[in-house]
Amino acid sequence: MSDVLVDIQNLSFSRGDRPIYRDMNMQVIRGKVTAIMGPSGIGKTTLLRLIGGQLKPDSGKIVFDGLNIPTLSRAELYQARKKMSMLFQSGALFTEMSVFDNVAFPLREHTRLPEALIRLVVLMKLESVGLRGARDLMPAELSGGMARRAALARAIALDPELIMYDEPFAGQDPISMGVIVRLIRELNNALGLTSVVVSHDVTEVMSIADYVYVVADKTVIGQGTPEQLRADPSPLVQQFLKGEADGAVPFHYKAAAYEDELMELTK
Amino acid sequence: MIANKLQLIGQQALNSVSGFGRAGLMLFGAIVGKPNIRKGLPLLIKQLYVIGVLSLMIILVSGLFIGMVLALQGYTVLVKFGAEGMLGPLVSLSLLRELGPVVTALLFAGRAGSALTAEIGLMKATEQLSGMEMMAVDPLRRIIAPRFWAGVIAMPLLALIFNAVGILGGHLVGVEWLGVDAGSYWSAMQANVDLYQDVLNGVIKSMVFALIVIWIALHKGFDAIPTSEGISRATTQTVVTASLAVLGFDFVLTALMFGG
Repeated sequence: MSDVLVDIQNLSFSRGDRPIYRDMNMQVIRGKVTAIMGPSGIGKTTLLRLIGGQLKPDSGKIVFDGLNIPTLSRAELYQARKKMSMLFQSGALFTEMSVFDNVAFPLREHTRLPEALIRLVVLMKLESVGLRGARDLMPAELSGGMARRAALARAIALDPELIMYDEPFAGQDPISMGVIVRLIRELNNALGLTSVVVSHDVTEVMSIADYVYVVADKTVIGQGTPEQLRADPSPLVQQFLKGEADGAVPFHYKAAAYEDELMELTK
Repeated sequence: MIANKLQLIGQQALNSVSGFGRAGLMLFGAIVGKPNIRKGLPLLIKQLYVIGVLSLMIILVSGLFIGMVLALQGYTVLVKFGAEGMLGPLVSLSLLRELGPVVTALLFAGRAGSALTAEIGLMKATEQLSGMEMMAVDPLRRIIAPRFWAGVIAMPLLALIFNAVGILGGHLVGVEWLGVDAGSYWSAMQANVDLYQDVLNGVIKSMVFALIVIWIALHKGFDAIPTSEGISRATTQTVVTASLAVLGFDFVLTALMFGG
């Protein structure tokens, strides 16, 4: 069994005429927490959808557990997806089902376990995210942080090999942020998962990741362990890590010269 | 200038053709393949309740009133010729051939179609459909298929109920109120309504309309731009497109069935 669970080779992808990635390479090591950071709007979520096979790249390979995702047939892709799961930014809980039924959903769809056993598994998964007591609530009754934890319980219901987190820290208060940081690390170690975290929250990511990729400008601009990254000489990486407003990434969106535009008004 | 206009027309034509293609692919993915009775049946029953049973009220009330109005209007004309005995066939044939299937389809598009579009559009906007796909559950089979079949099954039944209630409404006004002879109301109806020519053709119409309305509603929801504006536009489009399509197809079907 290879050490690399997800191997992205020379990936190129574009939306319409707009290129998103060009010749990108990236590897996710089994059992580790790999983080992908970068400014918003550069297609980090797109990358997760590419790994999940919801989008097809223009060229390049995305190898998951020995299978090249873009070339799989529909049935093979659905088989591969049973071994991965994704935590969406919104949680994507099914609004017409209770928390319990949400977590039971993948089990009921993919296994023929008796209801008593499903109950046991669901309670275990909910216990691990601290929501066993909230099992009868509807998603609308949960706070944002709780919804994300419930979605996390659902994501680990089938014991996947890979779990992908899409902006798990976005819009969370400091306490639920801390809870989620702890959960990602603990679940990764306790369940032997491999985690991919897509985020732009530098502090949180640097505190849990084993390996970090910084993506900008359609490709990987920096990578390494958090320590290596802090010592990275690239100005773009440094600007991103320190959160400076202006630098290699300009503060201003591309525009005509300021003076010219102002003068036009007075004409 | 003219070139731009032409380009715009061409673009719109291309968009609508590719829309048809996507709608076809959606339906194909949803209903072609081995059905899973164990999982599918409970989903279908739930949708039959949501789409069919919950639409009953509006169908019952509209059917009753349309039957009553038909009898009232028909009576005022027929009585001039002393032909009020033909009120039964007038009411029943209008309902069975035209008003039953068409009005049911229009009401169904407004009541169930718009709800379906909004529901599926919101599922898309909140990433529930993507989430399902990532859990290796095909949303076409899990979400679209049961709603499609429920609509196709429910609407002809609703149209039949609409007809029955309409005929009773006609009886209420014609016989009970205006004093047409009950015996002639029913016996003239019995003599003039043909099971195949009238009842069955009406059911066939209703099945075609069901297919059109439910397909449009599901496709508009599935294809909606996942923003609040996109969903509101998709919902409006469902009602408008489905209503126009029903009226257009009604003419074609009527021409084929009764045109000679």
